[in-house]
Amino acid sequence: MAALTRGTRLFRASLVFHLKGLAQSSFFLVIGVITPVVLATIAFYLFQSGGQSESLLYAALGAGLMGIWSTTLFGSGGAIQWQRWQGTLELLIAAPVPFIVVLVPLTLATAAYGLVSLVSTLLWGRILFGIRLELVHPVLFVIAVPSAVIGLGLLGLLLASTFVLYRNANALSNLLGEPVWLITGMLVPISLLPGWVTPLSWVLAPTWGIRAIRESALGGDPLPAILMCLGLGVAYMLIAAVCLRHFERLARTRATLALT
Amino acid sequence: MTGLRIFFIGGGISYRALFNWISPWHYIPTMLGGTLFVLLFFTYLGRYTDVEDESFFVVGNAVYISSISCVYGSIMAIANERFYGTLSPLLATPANRLALFAGRALPYIANGILVSAYGFAMSSLLLDFDPPASSLGPLAIVVTAGAVSCTAFGMFLGSIGLRARDVFFIGNLAYYVLLLFTGANVPIEVLPGWMEEVSSFLPLTHAIAAAREVVAGAPFSSVAGLTGEELLVGACYGVAAYALFRLFEAEARRRASLERI
Repeated sequence: MAALTRGTRLFRASLVFHLKGLAQSSFFLVIGVITPVVLATIAFYLFQSGGQSESLLYAALGAGLMGIWSTTLFGSGGAIQWQRWQGTLELLIAAPVPFIVVLVPLTLATAAYGLVSLVSTLLWGRILFGIRLELVHPVLFVIAVPSAVIGLGLLGLLLASTFVLYRNANALSNLLGEPVWLITGMLVPISLLPGWVTPLSWVLAPTWGIRAIRESALGGDPLPAILMCLGLGVAYMLIAAVCLRHFERLARTRATLALT
Repeated sequence: MTGLRIFFIGGGISYRALFNWISPWHYIPTMLGGTLFVLLFFTYLGRYTDVEDESFFVVGNAVYISSISCVYGSIMAIANERFYGTLSPLLATPANRLALFAGRALPYIANGILVSAYGFAMSSLLLDFDPPASSLGPLAIVVTAGAVSCTAFGMFLGSIGLRARDVFFIGNLAYYVLLLFTGANVPIEVLPGWMEEVSSFLPLTHAIAAAREVVAGAPFSSVAGLTGEELLVGACYGVAAYALFRLFEAEARRRASLERI
């Protein structure tokens, strides 16, 4: 019981700490607010000109989730590398709690910070394009959004635990933004893409995250997508746990923890 | 002669020293991989929204992606001197400032052209983009004008970096402003009047319009005006960039604030 209380306290404190850190960063302001708003604006104009004005909420939600993916990708992808540069990695590894317990709130914070993207694109759409947030399933929407955040945050955990093996993790983050926007159907339906992309999209939480959010907002059955998002999150966490254990063992054996 | 050495050799050395993405491990994912997916993403979005034909988006984005080198690279070429602490020794030299400044732009212009050419080539492979052979020469000229102008814009932002604390914030902002305002994805006439006005003062707007025309089969003579306007925009940013560079240099000497980050 005491361990659970300690774990909860650590989780909460760490989540708040990292959220505060992200809120101070101008880089995250750009990728969390400005980029999604620009993308939403492009999408709004394109949908409007293409005679699809009814799809503007579809575009706002998609652009919002693109922002969540960007903050997760850049925040989580280089998380371990960043701790290494700061000189805090050794302290975190040496802490009595397992390293993954320290890392989960960090990656979830990067996804949770992305919620500002969703709020920004919805507000932007409301103010400039008069898009109303009329939800078909409001209760399920309230469940779908945190589920998407959890799914993406745990995908971030997997990125953090695997990117650590790659010295130029930032470059991988630069590479993986748009492909995931594209193949998870955030703005472009997956059915428009080549057939081989579809199975690839199934193993990515953002696919189910955006489906859950859209179907709860615009109509449909979001529950399977919510469950898939959370299920994939659990799978990512299990794989990340194995990767992190491997990384930690190697780093201790070779005394390379602090080496960049 | 010394000026030419500073322009060419100095420019090359500064590129090797200051361009953060020069190693293949960075260059390939960022300059080639990331830009290809920008192009694919917006082309598929265009295909879905059916606002224009596919070549509108291919050409717009293939020209636009040169900005990753021209904007970010040029910022690095100037602002990184301050970041790495080499600005003081550099400015202590008697080197010709114009040669020192302009020489830095050259590698990023070449890089920008390369990235655009790669974008067009990949579009031919992956998206059935098939421009007429006669358009390739004029297209190369237009793309070069766009890269020159965009690099001048990047140098302008880089000069601000001699003073501003977080120039990469400005760079990131500029990269996305160009995406929206230059007509790379949204036809300019669809944008509100004030955005249309702003777009004509930004680099790449005229180059993208000219590139679309030549790909549609227009001869270079019909886009010479647009190309000239693109170069004029670039020249204005270039002059402003150099003036800012000299101003901040003089001010930093006066206030002893050169290394203040």
